[in-house]
Amino acid sequence: MSRTLLDPTGELAPTTRERIARPSSLEGATVGLLDISKARGDVFLDRVQYRLEERGLGVHRFVKPTFTKVAPIDLRHEIAKQCDVVIEALAD
Amino acid sequence: MTLPDGLVAIVKRDCPTCTLVVPVLTELDADPTTALTVFTQDDPTFPDGIDAVDDTDLTVSFALDLDTVPTLLRIEDGREVARTVGWSREQWQAFTGRMGLGEGLPPHRPGCGSRTQDPDLVAARTAAAGAAQLRSRRVELGEREDDIEAMFERGWSDGLPLVPPTPERVARMLTGTTRDPAEIVANVAPDLVDCTVEKVAINAVLAGCRPEYLPVVLAAVEAACTDEFNIHGVLATTMPVGPVVVVNGPVARAIGMNSRGNALGQGNRANATIGRALQLVIRNVGGGRPGGVDRATQGNPGKYTFCFAEDEAGSPWEPLHVSRGFDPHDSAVTLFTGEGPRGIIDQASRTPESLVASFAACLRTVAHPKIVVGIDAMLVVSPEHARVFAEAGWDRAHLLDALGERLQVPGREFVRGANGISEGMPEAFADTTLPKFRDGGLLVVHVGGGAGLFSTIIGGWLSGAAGSEPVTRRIMT
Repeated sequence: MSRTLLDPTGELAPTTRERIARPSSLEGATVGLLDISKARGDVFLDRVQYRLEERGLGVHRFVKPTFTKVAPIDLRHEIAKQCDVVIEALAD
Repeated sequence: MTLPDGLVAIVKRDCPTCTLVVPVLTELDADPTTALTVFTQDDPTFPDGIDAVDDTDLTVSFALDLDTVPTLLRIEDGREVARTVGWSREQWQAFTGRMGLGEGLPPHRPGCGSRTQDPDLVAARTAAAGAAQLRSRRVELGEREDDIEAMFERGWSDGLPLVPPTPERVARMLTGTTRDPAEIVANVAPDLVDCTVEKVAINAVLAGCRPEYLPVVLAAVEAACTDEFNIHGVLATTMPVGPVVVVNGPVARAIGMNSRGNALGQGNRANATIGRALQLVIRNVGGGRPGGVDRATQGNPGKYTFCFAEDEAGSPWEPLHVSRGFDPHDSAVTLFTGEGPRGIIDQASRTPESLVASFAACLRTVAHPKIVVGIDAMLVVSPEHARVFAEAGWDRAHLLDALGERLQVPGREFVRGANGISEGMPEAFADTTLPKFRDGGLLVVHVGGGAGLFSTIIGGWLSGAAGSEPVTRRIMT
């Protein structure tokens, strides 16, 4: 005999979105550097910024309030608006 | 439902009073001037010799909201105009307008319970009615599928077998709350899914909860999904932590939670399944799974379930929820982000000064002896340890003050390189003194039963707005 169970999941049906293609070159690009507020992430990003600016690229710095929570939507919006690519310092 | 005009009697064979009045019913049935219809609840052949209507499915009986059989009704134009229950010659005679009814029978006899009063039948009927209203997707299992294996295969399990969430079980679970099954309880991370009371109930069934536990599970889900508690971060962290649920107030005793011997351990259904249900909601509704968003390096066994009640009756102190601003008559859950518990053994201290020094020495090691301020802890004090403080007249504030004094850590002890250990704070802190725990970062509860000069520390996680705040929520039925 067949039985019926109720689905305990969120029953998500997410739509698939195409990723933006990786740029073949950073020439002329504006780079966002996102510090997620993990220890010493700033040290790493300071060095990345130095190297990118050496190459004449525009760099914008961003900071998440805390690494334990998802980035506020306004911050994500700002990054998307201002930058062509983003580099995130994830770990200690 | 329209009943036939005239007299209607509802009876069952399993009732001595119904059996007693069979001669009366037979007499009325034989009278061409009386229109009598008999409905029978348990045996379609009862009463013998009368062509009774089968109401073994109780459709008519439930519609009439019967308490007792026999019940005699007078129906006019399809509507009930009078009712009498049990056997009373006087009343039946008045009801039927016939004298000399039931010669030889006692003048009156109380009736029996209608089958509609059987608690199991009522629950099954409620469940069947409720099941049809549930909105979740139906998952049909094949004839040859094993229920338990099918649930493992669908990824619903935390690793232990689950109770199959049939619509009837879920509907029964929902009788534990007055809340609408469609009400949104919380937005559950990491998938940020709006979670209904119904979805929580399904996961509570999976976990093995009884319906009366559901309000506690609902409050725990609400607390976990606040921005302050930050279940997303608690789940995603590489550290070995998970939600610890402490239950306070009258509900704990009402649903049989354990706050005494082995309360932090196995063996109590409410403790075990409430904590498990919370974790299953995070897993199934929120989509938070080990190896996915759960990035724990090692994890801890409390991530299966970690839930207990505070022993308020035996405590020398006000309950945890009262210390956090709730009324003693409120029932509440407090969620704390914690590691696995570790014991404090002190069988020799007989003064509060000695015991508090022991506690402080052990608390100093939470996370790491050189980590200060940033990590909270919960101190779970046993009855025999609490007695030492109670006999000396120390209230909770006194205990916390004394611990705070002993947990001021000089910077030279926690800077990088101190004690030959690289872990620590930058050298600039060498001349400072910092508290081991931030203000309010040490929670104290009273738990345990029987003998034992042992208490417990549950180490925390990143405290405050950057990580997780303990959150207390009132439990609503």
